[in-house]
Amino acid sequence: MSAKPRIAVHKFASCDGCQLAFLNAGEDLLTLAELVEIVHFPEAGPLDPAAKVDLAFVEGSVSTPEEAERIRAIRRHSRVLATLGACATAGGLQALRNFANAGEWLAGVYATPETVAALDTATPIREHVKVDFELWGCPVNGEQVLQAVRDVLFGVSPAIPDEKVCLDCKRRGNPCVLVTRGEPCMGPVTRTGCGALCPAMNRGCYACFGPAENPNTAAFANRLEGLGLLPDEVARRYHFITSQAPAFRAAGKKEAKDETP
Amino acid sequence: MATDCTLVAELRFLAAADRQRLIEALREAGYAVHGPRVQEGVIRYAPVERIEDLPRGWRDIQEPGRYRLRQTDENRLFAWAAPAASLKPLVFPPREILFHARRDADGRLRFEAADGAAPKLAVLGVRACDLAGLYLQDRHFLQGAHPDEAYRRRRRKLFLVAVHCAHPADTCFCAATGDGPVARYGFDLAISELEEGWLLEARSHAGQEILDALPTRAAGETQRKAAEAAFRQAAAAQRRRLPGGDLPARLGGRLDAELWQAVGRRCLACGNCTAVCPSCFCHAHVEETPLTGARTTRLRQWDSCFTAGHSLLHGRPVREDTASRYRQWLTHKLSGWHEQYGRSGCSGCGRCITWCPEGIDITAEAAAIAGEEA
Repeated sequence: MSAKPRIAVHKFASCDGCQLAFLNAGEDLLTLAELVEIVHFPEAGPLDPAAKVDLAFVEGSVSTPEEAERIRAIRRHSRVLATLGACATAGGLQALRNFANAGEWLAGVYATPETVAALDTATPIREHVKVDFELWGCPVNGEQVLQAVRDVLFGVSPAIPDEKVCLDCKRRGNPCVLVTRGEPCMGPVTRTGCGALCPAMNRGCYACFGPAENPNTAAFANRLEGLGLLPDEVARRYHFITSQAPAFRAAGKKEAKDETP
Repeated sequence: MATDCTLVAELRFLAAADRQRLIEALREAGYAVHGPRVQEGVIRYAPVERIEDLPRGWRDIQEPGRYRLRQTDENRLFAWAAPAASLKPLVFPPREILFHARRDADGRLRFEAADGAAPKLAVLGVRACDLAGLYLQDRHFLQGAHPDEAYRRRRRKLFLVAVHCAHPADTCFCAATGDGPVARYGFDLAISELEEGWLLEARSHAGQEILDALPTRAAGETQRKAAEAAFRQAAAAQRRRLPGGDLPARLGGRLDAELWQAVGRRCLACGNCTAVCPSCFCHAHVEETPLTGARTTRLRQWDSCFTAGHSLLHGRPVREDTASRYRQWLTHKLSGWHEQYGRSGCSGCGRCITWCPEGIDITAEAAAIAGEEA
């Protein structure tokens, strides 16, 4: 038996995009294959979902009864369990059904809804099992993922930044799109990790890395309204890809409620 | 009290048509030249080749939380206030490699310093507020017990062309901090800009050499008077000011004021004020290790007293809420610095007001907290 650490990459309800952090890693993927044994990674080939592993990455949210069972089994045979991306960490786009009548949506979309085994909600992995660390983003930052693997191999906790996108945005020297153009950029409440990618491309942040530490969602909601957004539009900025992060869930609900007469 | 806006006795006049010659003289002296340029909706320092690269006729509109540009048909290149970034990124880069470490075949760690080369760099159009900011950066990085080598290498290669400021923004208050609008120190050459050309003064040996290479003539008394009048007007036009009196003592006696909580409810703790501040110097060390684990790179990057990480002690942030972080920033800037560096940390550039997404005004907060009507 190999003495190398064993790694698994599991897929739940998601678009598969975050797994590309590994598949698109180029030379680093070869390095990874030398350093660890990749025992389960369906998108890449290896299949052994029940294998005992040192580090399991989970992409996607829990969206079906089968997934709710499967995540508990994975937790039992994984020493360290990490989420990979916005869906696993904060619900993803599919979690928007948590704010609606999921059954009605299902019936409206599918011809035979009774053949679709879906839960009424799509929920982050954290709400089902203990998670050791979370990697945010839609998609994740590939460099951050590999740095996290490196840290785990060293036996230390990955240093995952929790500060606001603005910190990285100013380090990059981007002119602030909110201040110069009135763009409703979510950077001031959003966790960095992307390196302020969207503002560097001259567009506003859409909060795909979820809330930063200590986000002032209430004051920022007022600011967004000052820029011309209606409460419902503000709510949708908080309830987008990372709506199940508690700070954004609460902020969006408050805005949606404020609009109700 | 009116701000002193008198200029030195020895002023030389360079006609507008000859302004390109300054860039040429600097390049001939071996300097890479940075100057203000209009880029991505802001005026900021960037490499310039020709005088046409400078923002001729451009004006800025700066208000709390808002920055816009507009173009006029004026022949001036410096008719705007503080650019989006100060000199800080040029001497204290936002992210900088300190050293690399690798493990050799015997398992020992080997350290190698980062590349230390710094080019000769001339910067055109530096305002008095930013020269004061640079003085404060110098105090921090150079004049302590352990001068910062990387900073020193860059700093000593700087040639600074100041512009006495005739166009303050709504957010400016350099007259109140005593740092402007006329630059008094820290430059090699200074420009007083008139529609027909520049009045130049040299303040260093290097500056005098450049000035001697330019086709100037003695400035006229009318020109001097026009320039001085414009600076007096620039000082008088400023509406904002910091509270007077012994501000460190006044703020020190108000550490428990309810107003900190009030500003904490508005502040986003996004750190933009500290990033754009010409004097803020706080930084964090981060490590980047490639997957192989055979080597690692240690970087220094801008940090902010508005992050949790900045106050992390034994795994817990000492300043958990925004009110305590804002209080740390304001009291350090306006009182702690007096003890540390012999003066206030604020030079009145107004950037923290302009670039705050919430438009929080340091002068209004300081006045309210110190118990004064704004």
